[in-house]
Amino acid sequence: MTATQTQVTFREAVIEALAEEMARDRNVLLIGEDVGAAGGVFHQTKGLFDQFGPIRVIDTPISEAGFIGMAVGAAMSGLRPVTEVMFGDFITLGMDLLVNQAAKVHWMSDGQYRVPLVVRTAVGIGAATGPQHAQSFHAWFAHVPGLKVVFPSNPADAKALMKGAIRDDNPVIFFEDRMSYGMRGSVGGADHVLPPGQAAVARPGRDISLIALGQMVPRALDAATRLASAGIEAEVIDLRSLVPLDEGIIAQTVRRTNRALVLDPGCIGFGASAEIAARVQELAFDWLDAPVARMGAAQVPVPFSPALESRVLPDGAAIAARAAAMVTGRQEGEAA
Amino acid sequence: MQARRLPAEQAMLARYRAMVLIRRFEERVQSLFRAGRVPGLTHLCIGQEAVAAGVCSALRPGDRIASTHRGHGHSLAMGADPDRLMAEILGRETGYGGGRGGSMHVFDAANGNLGTNGIVGGAVPLGLGAALAARNAGKGAVAVAFFGDGAMNQGVVLECFNMAALWRLPLILVCEHNGYGEFTASDDVTAGELSARGAAFDLPVQDIDGMDVEAVHQATAAAVDSARQGGGPGLLFCRAWRFSGHHAGDGQDYKDDAESRAWRARDPIPRQRARLIDEGLETDESLTALEAEISDRVQAAARRALGAPEPSGPLHEKLFA
Repeated sequence: MTATQTQVTFREAVIEALAEEMARDRNVLLIGEDVGAAGGVFHQTKGLFDQFGPIRVIDTPISEAGFIGMAVGAAMSGLRPVTEVMFGDFITLGMDLLVNQAAKVHWMSDGQYRVPLVVRTAVGIGAATGPQHAQSFHAWFAHVPGLKVVFPSNPADAKALMKGAIRDDNPVIFFEDRMSYGMRGSVGGADHVLPPGQAAVARPGRDISLIALGQMVPRALDAATRLASAGIEAEVIDLRSLVPLDEGIIAQTVRRTNRALVLDPGCIGFGASAEIAARVQELAFDWLDAPVARMGAAQVPVPFSPALESRVLPDGAAIAARAAAMVTGRQEGEAA
Repeated sequence: MQARRLPAEQAMLARYRAMVLIRRFEERVQSLFRAGRVPGLTHLCIGQEAVAAGVCSALRPGDRIASTHRGHGHSLAMGADPDRLMAEILGRETGYGGGRGGSMHVFDAANGNLGTNGIVGGAVPLGLGAALAARNAGKGAVAVAFFGDGAMNQGVVLECFNMAALWRLPLILVCEHNGYGEFTASDDVTAGELSARGAAFDLPVQDIDGMDVEAVHQATAAAVDSARQGGGPGLLFCRAWRFSGHHAGDGQDYKDDAESRAWRARDPIPRQRARLIDEGLETDESLTALEAEISDRVQAAARRALGAPEPSGPLHEKLFA
């Protein structure tokens, strides 16, 4: 990894990835609402239109099904589109194209067609965007055979994973947490590419594994700091991808710490945390000293009021309390 | 099957050959279905052969089509191997998808077929994407999206009309207007006149007799020529009739007998046959011989498919590229 010294934001890291890949491969193009001359409603595509022009950076009408479907057809025809859905909630309008077309084409066609498509979408709880602009459906896509799902938590991973997603020959749903767009960090150079499916140890520890995704990673790191001051060394795993899921790192961490708390920015019910908890038991049941626990978004639409919204996701303190109870074996009430 | 630089007479014969191949193929599928040899559902295009043959004969290598749930005809007209197509319909290992897709999911990349499609209107966004890729490649290729009148009430189809017209993409939108969406007459569920919708998007519309393969071909060729030269998309309404039901087991009780008889009198195959003979291009004997040859080909395809192994490979293979 040739790390650049410059600190960039999460937002800028993804733009760097897009610019590098578009410069590298003329088949890569960006398609979405306001992505062109406007530079993205969150400035998340700033500068790309000026650099690559309207043939490569395409402003679409507000027709999610139509332009996602167009991207699927373009991917089957030799292009490598990155299509952007402005808010994750709007991806529901294009579900047929992703679930019935993109996900199934390679398999149904016995490998005759590939769908090298990236759908990037912004989600995030904490900006008072309200019930139809904040929910994250990453678990839905992980449930669909044939789709890959990634969800980076920091600028370096966002850049490398976007490059890896673009170079992947399969449809990849790329989740970005809007609340992380301003997060700063150093990022890798043009050659640093992370394919979907590799988790990372974000902080080593020996007493409990906090297995986290997306926005739950910084919260888990906060919890680990709190736990350390109480003498508990938590290991934080940043999953980075749901599909493929890095079972190797999950098995390693749980077999070492003997405790797992799964942290998901999506709703708890029938969610990603349930699947990961099940995998933990399949991979490491004999090593567990405590039942696998999970925390995530409350099973409600994301409320508008900041006072209510702040109660949807567990914060570092709540996570630390739950983890401490698991480590000490002390009984504790509902923490989330 | 794609006519490139063929003399006009040879192209007319090629379209006749394509229609007869489709008819015989579909009749064989129907008989196999009735004999219980076809798993699941299958949708036949008997009666609509002129659309497949007329449209696809205006294309050349490098062009792409996206097809419908009623797509055996489109696939054959693009040059699909009858053996592999029949095998896929029967769910066999030698089929285009190794038996994973079946009738509604037949892909033939070598011939530019982006697939038959189980979702009504599904071909239109895929065709739009193929047209975008063709535009960016800059080699004058076009894409064709087939859909039925039923798909004209799917929102995504109208979204794609807008984008195709807005960006002047080389997309030929072919509506096979057979008057029915599944078991329901289009008129019962549609406000306004469908062909009038093109004008709202500034799409050039041709409203044509979909039971006349030469009319379909000429209209398509005009739209394709324009699209190749950057003139943008075209919308073709091909008025046709499916003689068979929505699916192979549908008895069509919902259709009016007199209307069906009137449409059957316009069967595109005898019509083209008479034209070839009237214009002195072929004789009854030469065409009878051709028809026998095609029937033999279809029988061989069915025989090979029935003898082909059931798929037995690992289920998860090729889930990802």
